[in-house]
Amino acid sequence: MISYSEILNILPFSLDRSEKTDLFNQRLGQLTAFHGENCDKYKKILDMLGFNADKMTDYYDIPFLPAGLFKEMELLSVARGEIFKTMTSSGTTGQAVSKIYLNKTTASNQQKTLVKIVSDFTGANRMPMLIIDSPSVIKERNMFSARGAGILGFSVFGADRTYALDEDMNLNIAAMEEFLEKQKGKNILLFGFTFMIWQYFYKELKKLNKKIDLSSGVLIHGGGWKKLINEAVSREKFKKRLKDVFGITRVHDYYGMVEQTGCIYMECEYGHLHASVFSDVITRRSIDFSPCSPGEAGIIQVLSLLPESYPGHSLLTEDKGIILGEDDCPCGRKGKYFEICGRIKNAEIRGCSDTYEKR
Amino acid sequence: MKNVEYLTGSENIVTTPMQPFSSEICDFMNEISLLIMKSAQIRTYTDISALAFWCRKANIQKLKTEFKDNGDRLGRGLCFHIAPSNVPINFAFSYFFSLLAGNANIVRLPTKKFPQVDCLCEVFNNVLPHYPNIKARTAFVKYPANNDITAEFCKMADARMIWGGDSTIISVKSLETKPRCVDITFSDRYSVCIIDANKILELDNDNLARLSKDFYNDTYLMDQNACSSPQLVLWLNANPRARDIFWNAVYETAGKNYELQDAISVDKYVKICQDAVNLNIVKTTQRISNFLYLTEINGLIPGMENIRGKGGYFYEYCLKDIRELLEVINEKYQTVTYFGINPNKLRQIIIENNLPGIDRIVPVGKALDINVIWDGHDLVRELSRQISVDYKTSEKVYFSR
Repeated sequence: MISYSEILNILPFSLDRSEKTDLFNQRLGQLTAFHGENCDKYKKILDMLGFNADKMTDYYDIPFLPAGLFKEMELLSVARGEIFKTMTSSGTTGQAVSKIYLNKTTASNQQKTLVKIVSDFTGANRMPMLIIDSPSVIKERNMFSARGAGILGFSVFGADRTYALDEDMNLNIAAMEEFLEKQKGKNILLFGFTFMIWQYFYKELKKLNKKIDLSSGVLIHGGGWKKLINEAVSREKFKKRLKDVFGITRVHDYYGMVEQTGCIYMECEYGHLHASVFSDVITRRSIDFSPCSPGEAGIIQVLSLLPESYPGHSLLTEDKGIILGEDDCPCGRKGKYFEICGRIKNAEIRGCSDTYEKR
Repeated sequence: MKNVEYLTGSENIVTTPMQPFSSEICDFMNEISLLIMKSAQIRTYTDISALAFWCRKANIQKLKTEFKDNGDRLGRGLCFHIAPSNVPINFAFSYFFSLLAGNANIVRLPTKKFPQVDCLCEVFNNVLPHYPNIKARTAFVKYPANNDITAEFCKMADARMIWGGDSTIISVKSLETKPRCVDITFSDRYSVCIIDANKILELDNDNLARLSKDFYNDTYLMDQNACSSPQLVLWLNANPRARDIFWNAVYETAGKNYELQDAISVDKYVKICQDAVNLNIVKTTQRISNFLYLTEINGLIPGMENIRGKGGYFYEYCLKDIRELLEVINEKYQTVTYFGINPNKLRQIIIENNLPGIDRIVPVGKALDINVIWDGHDLVRELSRQISVDYKTSEKVYFSR
């Protein structure tokens, strides 16, 4: 199998369509065969779908597991003793959570991949880092929540890491002021989850009418817009308000999921989410899962060259998106760029029983 | 009561019973039917239209004749209904069944917002003033999930119609009622379809299209979630060609008519992957786009009723002998829809083998046709009380010399 360490040497946004296709056909074909040999459950699904790894010519034909399946069953392709940590999705109480099993290699590749991708946007130097969350999120170390994993993952980019919120999600003004005073004049990195930034940082500071100058900062945020859409906060409004209050102009959203940690999709200066050489997106039609035409909204499939300890290299998400283009974003990055339209809607289930499934 | 919204009627409900199928009740239902039929706008809701067709004069007269009332019955008093939250107009059927039995009714409407519910409430509010006795005995209520409110209504009830599946039933049944209160509960059930493959081969194209539309109406119309929607198709005289012909026709119909929601596509896909891993009786799997998923199983097992698809995911099995069914049928089995099979033979099998399940045998296409006999209950009879009169032994003995 082509090794992932070789792949890590490729610049994250340097391959055009045909180069990327060759790489993906090779590595994803090998990963599919590998997981088929090492994960019985995955093999049963490949067989059910009638997939023959030997005859695969195009990675678009590789079956995708529904991401929701990781909530229903334990899927791993290495011996249980090799599992080094288990990541869980940040499901709300009472909902089933996804469990993703990582061995040392896969966990370390996730971290390295994240560094490669993010450095392309922030530069390779470590910056003083302000984390817009509570330190309590990462205290529980044996089960890694998506939020905790995100913070830990991004922490490698930061020096002098400081949390802007206290244990109870209140603003820690003193810590923040001390940090900003100390790092005055330097570029700083801000990281947090979109909703947390809006709810516990922006709104609270605005309430206090406190002017904080973050104009030298670059903000990276992720975790989705579902809650903010409910509050009628659009991307544009989010960016504009943050600029108005903090003077911050470099703001990058990212799209990612616990099932493919590391392979995140960063938003460029033109507001487009980008697939790196480590992963790809395909949008699919709900009527037959055929690939969408450019510009057509569909259910997002994510493909990653990374997962070795669990069969998560090709997943059907529960998000919808639109591929905007490939290799031709004005920011100069190669690969597909796209936008997210949100989660697929809860099914309007008809029937006698009072079942209601939350997504 | 606080937080209770009365869409029809008020707290001051009259609870004295009426006579089943009284002319006032029958006239009232007919007027509802006529008003719905008259409005082109309301009729566009096929479910309301079906309700109007059901409560039209001719049908109610027919039911009345079949009921064979000797004028010795009255309603039980007040019936409290908990309608399922996912089916918009089921509340109206539940109400009519109990009204026909001569009861006053408090109906808890689905909490979810449906245009059909608003529409029907408007129709009822237009017609009820012409029928003061019924108006005084009718209340349609809405309230947020709250057991205290439900408890208050339960205390008043002489009968309860509890829809909404097993968990709702368990929670409502734990509430206090009058000692004589009669409960009719509609729990989670399981339904199957039996087809004689030979008869499929005899169909011309038009009739095949009709059969597939009938099957579609039984299943896709309610995303396969109705208790009476078949989950499992059982083949007699199975042959691969007949099955292909049938399923292709079903696929054609679904492709043309079914609005396949993203979430249903994804959920079906999750389910078929789960089945590939967990279900050890899978023989073959077939996916015809995302409209039709089929899993053929190689045996019937106890607990079949827990293996369920939705939104166009069916299980099928080729029976070697219809008696194979005897081993698996339990009290969860509700409806059998049939094609090419003598229903009387099915009835005989159930009776002769003392089967605990199957309450209903109907042709394909009729799975969702709800009526006064439902889920094994003769609703009008059970919701009314019979006054027994001994005419034969008379008082004469006291006066004879």
